Amino acid sequence: MAAELAEHAHPEHDREVFERTIFGFWMYLMSDCVLFGTLFATYAVLQDSLAGGPSGKELFNLPYALLETLILLTSSFTSGLAMLSAHKKNLLRTILYFAITFILGASFLTLEINEFSHMVQEGNSWQRSAFLSSYFTLVSTHGLHITVGLLWMTVMMAQVLVRGFLPETLKRLTCLCLFWHFLDIVWIFIFTFVYLMGVT
Amino acid sequence: MNDLFGKLDIRAFQHDAIENSVGVVIALTSLIIIGFVTYHGRWKWLWKEWITSLDPKRIGVMYLIVVLLMLFKGVMDAVMMRAQLAMAVGDTAGFLGAAHFQQVFSAHGTTMIFFVGMGAIFATMNFVVPLQIGARDVAFPFLNSLSFWLFAVSAALVNVSMFVGEFSATGWLAYPPLSGIEYSPGVGVDYWIWVLQISGVSSLLSGINFLVTILKMRAPGMTLMRMPIFIWSIFGALVLIVVAFPILTATLALLALDRVLGMHFFTSAAGGNPMMYINLIWAWGHPEVYILVLPAFGIFSEIVSTFSQKKLFGYTSMVWALMIITFLSFVVWLHHFFTMGAGANVNAFFGIMTVLIAVPTGVKVFNWLFTMRQGKIHLSTPMLWFLAFIFIFSTGGMTGVLLSIPPADFQLHNSLFLIAHFHSMVIGGVLFGIFAGLSYWFPKFTGFKLDERLGRYAFWCWFIGFLLAFMPLYALGLMGATRRLDHYEVHAWQPLYMIAAAGVPFIIVGIILQNLQILVGYKNRKTDSAIMGDSWNGRTLEWSTSSPPPPYNFAIIPHVGERDPFWAVKEGNEKPEHRKYEDIMMPRNTSFGFWIAGFAFLIGFAIIWHIWWFGLLCLATLLTLVIIRTWGGMDEEVITAEEVKNIEEKGFNRWQQS
Amino acid sequence: MTKKYKFPFFLLAGLALVLIALVIHYREHIAVLSPKGFIALQERDLIILSTVLMLIIVIPVLVMAPLFAWRYHESNKGEDYKPDDDHNLFAEAVWWGFPTIIVILISILTWESSRELDPFRPLESDTKPLKVQVIALQWKWLFIYPEEKIASLNFLPIPVDTPINFQITADAPMNSFWIPQLGGQIYAMPGMETKLHLIADKTGTFRGSSANLSGDGFAKMYFESKAMDKEAFDQWVKTAQNSPTLDTAAYTTLALPNDNNDTPQTFQLKEENLFDQIVMKYMGPTHE
Repeated sequence: MAAELAEHAHPEHDREVFERTIFGFWMYLMSDCVLFGTLFATYAVLQDSLAGGPSGKELFNLPYALLETLILLTSSFTSGLAMLSAHKKNLLRTILYFAITFILGASFLTLEINEFSHMVQEGNSWQRSAFLSSYFTLVSTHGLHITVGLLWMTVMMAQVLVRGFLPETLKRLTCLCLFWHFLDIVWIFIFTFVYLMGVT
Repeated sequence: MNDLFGKLDIRAFQHDAIENSVGVVIALTSLIIIGFVTYHGRWKWLWKEWITSLDPKRIGVMYLIVVLLMLFKGVMDAVMMRAQLAMAVGDTAGFLGAAHFQQVFSAHGTTMIFFVGMGAIFATMNFVVPLQIGARDVAFPFLNSLSFWLFAVSAALVNVSMFVGEFSATGWLAYPPLSGIEYSPGVGVDYWIWVLQISGVSSLLSGINFLVTILKMRAPGMTLMRMPIFIWSIFGALVLIVVAFPILTATLALLALDRVLGMHFFTSAAGGNPMMYINLIWAWGHPEVYILVLPAFGIFSEIVSTFSQKKLFGYTSMVWALMIITFLSFVVWLHHFFTMGAGANVNAFFGIMTVLIAVPTGVKVFNWLFTMRQGKIHLSTPMLWFLAFIFIFSTGGMTGVLLSIPPADFQLHNSLFLIAHFHSMVIGGVLFGIFAGLSYWFPKFTGFKLDERLGRYAFWCWFIGFLLAFMPLYALGLMGATRRLDHYEVHAWQPLYMIAAAGVPFIIVGIILQNLQILVGYKNRKTDSAIMGDSWNGRTLEWSTSSPPPPYNFAIIPHVGERDPFWAVKEGNEKPEHRKYEDIMMPRNTSFGFWIAGFAFLIGFAIIWHIWWFGLLCLATLLTLVIIRTWGGMDEEVITAEEVKNIEEKGFNRWQQS
Repeated sequence: MTKKYKFPFFLLAGLALVLIALVIHYREHIAVLSPKGFIALQERDLIILSTVLMLIIVIPVLVMAPLFAWRYHESNKGEDYKPDDDHNLFAEAVWWGFPTIIVILISILTWESSRELDPFRPLESDTKPLKVQVIALQWKWLFIYPEEKIASLNFLPIPVDTPINFQITADAPMNSFWIPQLGGQIYAMPGMETKLHLIADKTGTFRGSSANLSGDGFAKMYFESKAMDKEAFDQWVKTAQNSPTLDTAAYTTLALPNDNNDTPQTFQLKEENLFDQIVMKYMGPTHE
């Protein structure tokens, strides 16, 4: 405890570290943007390569995708509430809102996995055509990021419970929320370019 | 298929005579090194002072060691190729079968670009960037250590491919469909994919790290336009890294998905599009070559200025040139495949974009020359490397412009003319830049200079060797000889291949002399660290510290009033501030980077050999380690003001103390 | 200062002479610079013209570098030392401006020549073009003459002064179809069709090969193209029309990987649409 107190006797240093970390995390998010951009470009090129198989029009269920979208958007909102509570150092609310965010995120994943297993059972797996390969990969990459986010969220909830609202904890929570919002934005693009435009 | 060991069985360990002898040599060398370290009782020291170190100066040296080892491997690959081609004409088959030869050139390219080129760039960044910007460390010291260890384990993985299984035989960029599972069913391409994925993550992390360092941690008063030009060149390279490397990560992942999960991104059937791979890989690949060359430009800028004892000519112009080159390198990628049939308009557009790069590059050359003009030139070894660079890069750059004109490219693409062009760029530009930087900054991080005479001889050996090895290739390309041939039937080509092979011994001697330089330099070292601090009458901040610098670089962070701040202090234009010593917080050493990278290695190995249970287990362990590491607070220790005072007054020389 | 550079200088000069002598001795073999067809001729001239344009900039650089290194060497006390002279607007204007002009010239050349020498662009000629379909295999080349209903393995006879319209594909990984003395290359890709238009202006035998790595036997993919008089060519066609047939079974055997550079063979073409079939083979779902 004394060591930790001593650590935080340098608020100027903490401030600089916070700024650098957030800036660096933004850099990482921009690089992740390029990663997703590559997958989007690939999808755009290959979306009409059906190899005699089904297209998005035949496969995608818009209301279902809309539900996923609303769940994710709400989870973004609740994560924002969690962050606000954290700044106010309100332990109960922080944990509560993160827990809700987690449940929403997990629901999103469940719906997605359900959609996938349906497609696979009907014989429309990622091996069927280039279109399906790029669809599954783009959406799963987003899903994998969500999974990592959920894992991160669990760790952060534990960290908040055990260590409280120290500067470094708040720093990490800020990064987590940035990550979560970013994934939301990526999903909007997926919803638009894959689902909405795929069905027209 | 055995579930416990995936695809791994006894056949993976069976190799031919050449591969076996290489294995023996490496095993023996490793044993000798291990024996040496044990005999001197240095394991604990190695662990405490180097392996777990978060000091970028230490990390830079470790990068360099890996670079030099991999340079040796890459040159040995080249030796084999040149020897084979000098003899393999008509009825003579040579000593390397086609499959083996193809693995050799694939390994050669992969090693040189990812381990020698990128490694040297990161080595230089680590020891020079914090010092030149007046900072104590990088923005994320732990991430820096992790980056290094990921780099080191990916180098280890490519070497493991020599003993367990095989390496890729599809070239350094592995075009599908050849690199797809149908035409390359073995593990070679998988090794290639995971080596690049791991080192790619390493590069991206370093890219972010140093970008934040440069943008957020410069000494007070050092505005962007007062930064050393080397920092600007690194900045350009970093922007390229952060934007381009995710493309590589994604593209390699797609190829892996094709190979492992039967997807159809780049297969010839089921709607796959191999041309997409080529576009994506070069969208990364072109920025990559600029990532390699921009720092070389920066190094040469520092060297020309220092050894002409004159301000860099046209600093603003040079910055603009660097930024224009950085930007343009994103819009030229198609020039690597004009022959794929994109059509006249598309080809012409990319051709014109490519030619445009010649303008800012030319501007840099003229500014360097005018820095020399009316200076007081000291023709040290770094300056010799620079002059050879001017010759090779200008002529090689010319051939580059030729290649950028699509119809001309149709006659030159994938021929030895192309090989001669890009080796001019990477050897004449990148490698000579690295050698120049090494000679220049060596005294800063070791405390002694490399032997100058041996350095000159080494330079001439390399320069003559390079010309012998590559000038004939221009002629061979024009004669219709393509790259990647293991055998040919045109007897008229043989004399030229033999001249090219004659260049090899010169280069080998050059390398031997470079290593001797270190030993002789050490033997003759002067122990006066005050002089050693400013080895070359330098201009930038790193020369104001001792050699090697103390762990915190600067006891007192300098305040910068103009460019070439150290020169300004020496000229009396700036007065160094006398402030009180204060406590300094430095990050504590940690082994987490080492362990996390170790598990990354195992995950790569597991995926390559389809040992899924093991891969998952290692992934779980890796995630656990990451969580543990990122659980606690800032892991730092304090160097008290008293300790700082002692170090500064005694003159810090870590080498002598250890 | 000049003494220690004498030895390397003379060594390099000597080696350069050896290289130049060799190049002159083997000049007939320098395919790209001794074209035998109109396309290759234009491409060569383009290369030479661009080189000359660039030398305008590069020669001054190669002169200035050693000149400055010698003239402003620290031992040379006679010259001015101006350590703070670090910018000059006129100089910048010159070395931003002149290269830009050269680059603009080269850009115009690029635009024009890319359209003129587009591989997909048919040649202008009064002579009726000959259609040749090219299939890259592992590791050999199959040339189909659909109108003559023959096929030829690893040997490409063509009539002189006649435009050849190539359609190119692969039943193998990516290759590149290249006959340097006649013109530039283009990729041969499975499931795709590329085009090339060449013409031989002189009779003779020209070497061709693949210019893109396609597996183990890649180095064996060389072949000869022979430009003949019309009579000689027609004679060859007639002989080929009496060769063994190339039906689907024969093709499948032919497509198997070979160990050495295959000896030329001719076939009677049974399947007129063989080429199209090979291209179409890669469309649709995998047959696994």
